[in-house]
Formats: sequence, C-alpha cells, structure tokens
Amino acid sequence: MSVETCVLFDESVVKGIAAKTQEPAWMLNARLEAFKDVPKLPLPKLERTNIDRWNFTDFTPFTEEAAIGSLTELPEDVQEFIFDKEQAHVMVQKNGSVIFRRLGDDLAEQGVLFTDLASAARENEALVKKFFMTDGIKRDEHRLSALHAALNSGGVFLYVPRNVEVKVPIQGLFWLAGEKAAMMPHIIIVAEANSRIDFVANFIARPGDEAAFNNSAIEVFVSDGARVRVATVSSLGKETVDVIYRRSLVSRDGQLEWIVADLSEGRVISDNTTHLKGEGGMVNVKTVVLGTDEMRANVTSSIHHWGRHTASDINARSVMKGSATSILNSITKIEKGASKSDGQQSGKVLMLSPDARGDANPILLIDENDVTAGHAASVGRIDPTQLYYLMSRGISRREAEKLIIRGFLDAVVSQIPSESLQASIHRLIERKLQS
Amino acid sequence: MSKAPKLTIKNLHASVDGKEILKGVNLEVKGGEVHAIMGPNGTGKSTLASALMGHPRYEVTQGEVTLDGENLLEMEVDERARAGLFLAMQYPAEVSGVTNSDFLRSSINAKRGEGNEISLMKFIRELDKKMELLEMDEKFATRYLNEGFSGGEKKRNEILQMMMLQPRIAIMDEIDSGLDIDALKVVAKGVNSMLSDELGVLMITHYQRLLNYIKPDYVHVFMQGRIVKSGGPELAERLEAEGYDWVKEELGIEDETVGQKA
Ligand SMILES: Nc1ncnc2c1ncn2[C@@H]1O[C@H](COP(=O)(O)OP(=O)(O)OP(=O)(O)O)[C@@H](O)[C@H]1O
Ligand SMILES: [Mg+2]
Repeated sequence: MSVETCVLFDESVVKGIAAKTQEPAWMLNARLEAFKDVPKLPLPKLERTNIDRWNFTDFTPFTEEAAIGSLTELPEDVQEFIFDKEQAHVMVQKNGSVIFRRLGDDLAEQGVLFTDLASAARENEALVKKFFMTDGIKRDEHRLSALHAALNSGGVFLYVPRNVEVKVPIQGLFWLAGEKAAMMPHIIIVAEANSRIDFVANFIARPGDEAAFNNSAIEVFVSDGARVRVATVSSLGKETVDVIYRRSLVSRDGQLEWIVADLSEGRVISDNTTHLKGEGGMVNVKTVVLGTDEMRANVTSSIHHWGRHTASDINARSVMKGSATSILNSITKIEKGASKSDGQQSGKVLMLSPDARGDANPILLIDENDVTAGHAASVGRIDPTQLYYLMSRGISRREAEKLIIRGFLDAVVSQIPSESLQASIHRLIERKLQS
Repeated sequence: MSKAPKLTIKNLHASVDGKEILKGVNLEVKGGEVHAIMGPNGTGKSTLASALMGHPRYEVTQGEVTLDGENLLEMEVDERARAGLFLAMQYPAEVSGVTNSDFLRSSINAKRGEGNEISLMKFIRELDKKMELLEMDEKFATRYLNEGFSGGEKKRNEILQMMMLQPRIAIMDEIDSGLDIDALKVVAKGVNSMLSDELGVLMITHYQRLLNYIKPDYVHVFMQGRIVKSGGPELAERLEAEGYDWVKEELGIEDETVGQKA
C-alpha cells in the first residue's frame, strides 16, 4: 500500500476529537505526533497472515453520538449483551462516543474509578499519564497503534485501589453502528495491590452494519497480589476489520486471566501479549475464534516470562466453516533469569468444511534452563467416533455436531463470568453455524 | 409400541475396510428374553454389535435385520436408537465439553420429540434415582461425557444411559470387563431392574461370572463371524469350565477367528 493512501483525512479531524473530549493538552500533542507517524510506520507484521490488502483506511474517523438516559433505549439485540441490566456497572460506547455510564455508589465509595478516558485524564491526570500508552502499548509500534493513538476516543479508565475486591464484573459495551463507522476505544484497567476485578467487554455490531473498522486497545496492569479477569467478546460484521491489541503487565504474585472470544465475520487481528514481570505472577489465556464464510483471523497470544516462578497457560481454539481461515499463534518466551517458570500451550482447530483452513502455530522460546514448558497442537475434523456415539443415543447428526462443537468451545466460553452472557454467546455461535 | 419388541437378524454379513468379518449371523431376540453371546477374542462379537447399531465403518453386505418388523439396516444410527435399540459399548467415546447430564437430556428429548421435552425437574429426579441405584457419585452428572472416567466408571455410565433411555432391545458389549466384583453386582442390579417383557437383552461376555447375576435364557457361541452353537445357561457353565476347544473339536473348527475361511 502506498504512503498516500494510509489516511484519508487530515489533522483537523484529530484536533476535532480532542476538542470534543476536552482532554488535557498533552493528550492532543501525543495524538498529533502519532498522526504524523501513521504514514511512516509499517503495518504490523503478523505470523503467517498477510494483511497488506485489508482495508484500514476507508472509514469515518469520528462520529458523535447522543447519550442515552437508560439502557432500555438500546435496541433489544444490543441490550442482550449486558447482563444484570438493573444493577450493572456498565459503560456503553457507540462509535466514537460514550453514550451511557453507570457505576454503583458502593464501588465509587471504595475509590473505584470507572470513566471514559478523557474524563479520567481531566480528573486524575497523573494516573492516566502514568498508564496511558507508556509501559504497555506504544504509540509507534506500527501503523495501527499510531492510528489508534491519533484517533482513540471514548474508552475506559478502570481503577481499583489497593485491597478493594470488586465482586461483580464491570462491563463495557462497544457498539459499532452504521456503514464505514469506526471505533477506537482505549481501555485501561489498573488493579492495585491485592485488589480483585473482573471486566467484560463486548464489541458488537447489529446485523446489516457490515463495513466498519474497530481498532481498539486494552492495557491491563496487575499489581502485586492482584487478581484480574478480562473477557472480550467480538462479533462484528462481514466487511469489518476488527483489530484489538491487548497488553498486560503482571507484577509479583499477580494473577491474570484473559478470555477472548473472536466471533467477528470479517478480518480479525486479535493480539494478546502479557509480560510476567514479577516473581510468582501467573497468566491464563483462553481464546476461541469462530469463522464462517470468508472470515480471516490472526489470533496471537504471547507471553513473556521475566520473573522467577512465573506460570502461563494458553488454551486456543478455533472452529472454521465455509472458506474461513484462521491462524492461532501461541508464543511463550521464557527470558534468561526466569527460573522455575512454567509455560504451557495448547492450540486446537476444528474444521467443519473442506474449504476451511486453520492452523495452530506453537512457538516456545526458552532462554533459561531451569524451567518447564510444553505444547500440544491439533487440527482436525469432527471425530466420527464421537458423532456415532452421540447418535447411537438417538441424537440427530445435526444436533450431535452442535453438541460436539459447543463442547469444543466450552473450555473457553464456560469461563466467561456471566451465565447469561455465556448463553448469549452460545446463541450467537449457533446462529452463525446455522447460516 | 406396547407390544413386545422383537429383533430379527437373518444371514447378516458385514465387512470393515473391505474385509468380511460377519459371515452369516442368524438370531432372534424377543422382549423378556436374555441372550448371551460368548466367544474367543477377535471372532466378531463387537462387530455384530456395531453393525446392528450402524457404526459407519461397518458395511453390511448381505442379510437383513428388522426391529419390530421395520428394516433396521435402512435407518440412520439415531433412528435406530429412537426405534428402541441401545448399545452399551465396549469402548465408549469421550466427548469433551459436553456434560453427562446435558447429553442425557438431549438424548431423552431426541426420543420424545419436539414439543414433548422432559421437564428439567422430572429429568433431575429420574437421573438422581438411577444414579443412586448405580451407586454413582452425583458429580458424574456434571462431568464431561466419559472424559477421564475409569474403565469401570464408563461401564456404569453406559448402564445409566440405558436406564434413562428405556430401550426395547439392549445390546451390552462386555459390560462386565474391567468391573470389580462390587461394581459388577451394582451393574447387574441396574440391568435386572429393567428386565421385563418390554425389553430384549443381548449380552456379549467372556465370563460366566456376569451370568451368575444376570441369568440368560439362551447362550450362543460366536466363532468365525457367526453363531456356531446355541444352548441354555448350562452351555455357559461348560465353556467356563472347559474353554472353547471342545466346541471347536465338535464342529471341526481349527482357527476360530474371522481371518480364515468359514
Ligand atoms: N476397524 C477395523 N479395522 C480392521 N479390522 C477390524 C476392525 N474392526 C474389527 N476388525 C477385526 O475384526 C475382527 C473381529 O473384531 P471384533 O472386535 O468384532 O472381535 P470381538 O469378538 O469383539 O473380540 P473381543 O472379544 O476381543 O472383544 C478382529 O480380527 C478385528 O481385528
Ligand atoms: Mg469385542
């Protein structure tokens, strides 16, 4: 792609976003710098997926959307992704704008912060400055991170003070609406020492809204002894390019769990990178990708072990139908000095049609002797012996296949911290498999 | 479907990967009857069970099988099950991510049909009752289907399914293998609790031991892919005591496996 076609708008758009959000001047400066970098930087290099021809340019960089007073104003099929609607601590973003936010008084009183990013920057500037695109995702990693840095809007700043245990999941719903719409929320989760938090993010579009661009980023900071679980579910349209970069840092004895469900139907870049910095840190990454028709997905889970006694586990699954193609890259890097660490991986691909393509690509890079690591990878079709067994109890072939696929994905879906959301996801999966 | 079930097998031939294994099986099993099939390893007993159930690897090349007068061989595997056939398998498959109880409920509902699904309460009541009778820990209901089950636990789970599904003809393939003596008694209790004129049973076993607990009306000896001798319970006792050599001698069989000419 030539440099000239990298962006189809000019600096005034970037300034316009900053003016709307009334963010501090340093943020606008960072945007403008990133914007200059966009044409200079290459697209990200992905293992085994060529994205040169993917459409990262043809979208409306920012649209302002009107706020809503109540969740019931959302369309039914959008509401469906929010659970415990009456009490939910939830933020809803439509395209460029946050249109609804609610944080229960109980959490606010304990010092939990849950706002859009610009508000956070105004109200807690030092905190945002410390975490926003500094130690996690960098502005100049590649063209997409620069584009995100220049255009991000809405977003989430979720801060949990020391020792505060949040019992119910906090929710974010990111709704991409209309042709050529774009959303680029930047989500920051900071869990201070010994705190606990679950965050669930849904990235959705309604059927019919096919061509759009999601270029989101999530940064998670797990301090000493904190426990964090983040689930993201993406289900965007057929012509949509769906990019999410996730980056997390885990300190001493911190525990992090990622649950990633990629159910979008277009082009997907789903990256998840965790640095286990402190001794005894742990991360668990569970991902599923479901592809139908022409879907293309690159799902990369990377773990870097820096601290001693760190442990990681990647469990990646893919179901491919039609002529969908996915690659599951799992990269575990154990750095020198990270002794007594353990890194495990498993990648499994289930192919449902002859034209579907899928691969699992496990990579173990180990620079330290005193560690344990292992991986398992498999690519296959529905096991005829399992099918026969289920059918021998009277279950129809169709129903039996459904059960097997559901079971295959359940290792991940069952980990999502809401049964009603699990049910919505199962419904979504079944709908996609039927079409 | 209240009239007594009847499974009729006539001159059944079946092959796997082009190799003929079953070479003319004839047998009739009626409601209220318990048939035992005994025979040396590799003589085609499990093949018979699989061919009856409709395992995709086994191709029926000749003969006919009817269940209650309906042509079984024309039915898909699931249709056979819904018609009332059940096979407790020698090596049941494991299915990850599908819980035992979800699977059982799907099976029951498949049989009952749309609009007539079993209520969750009733299902749980039934399941609890049957698991208790089989002395199965309730955690087996929520475990993934057969995944990580011990050999004996899998067998018990097969019987649990049979009790929940209430088949008309039940084939049990070495349901006793790998069971300790207490488990054997429990499984036999489960099977015996089901015996009635509404159920015909075909048990494949190597051991008289099982037949002490589940009394057969007929005993058949299987060799070279077919039934070579039939009799009453006393036949099983003699086989237990003396082995198969006398049968082979009596019938002039040198190699009892299916590889050789019949
Ligand atoms: N899928 C298959 N591919 C090749 N050969 C097979 C297959 N299934 C069965 N056979 C062969 O058919 C013969 C009969 O096998 P079968 O399992 O029916 O024996 P069996 O009587 O049940 O033996 P056992 O008492 O050991 O269970 C054996 O020689 C076996 O190797
Ligand atoms: Mg056998």
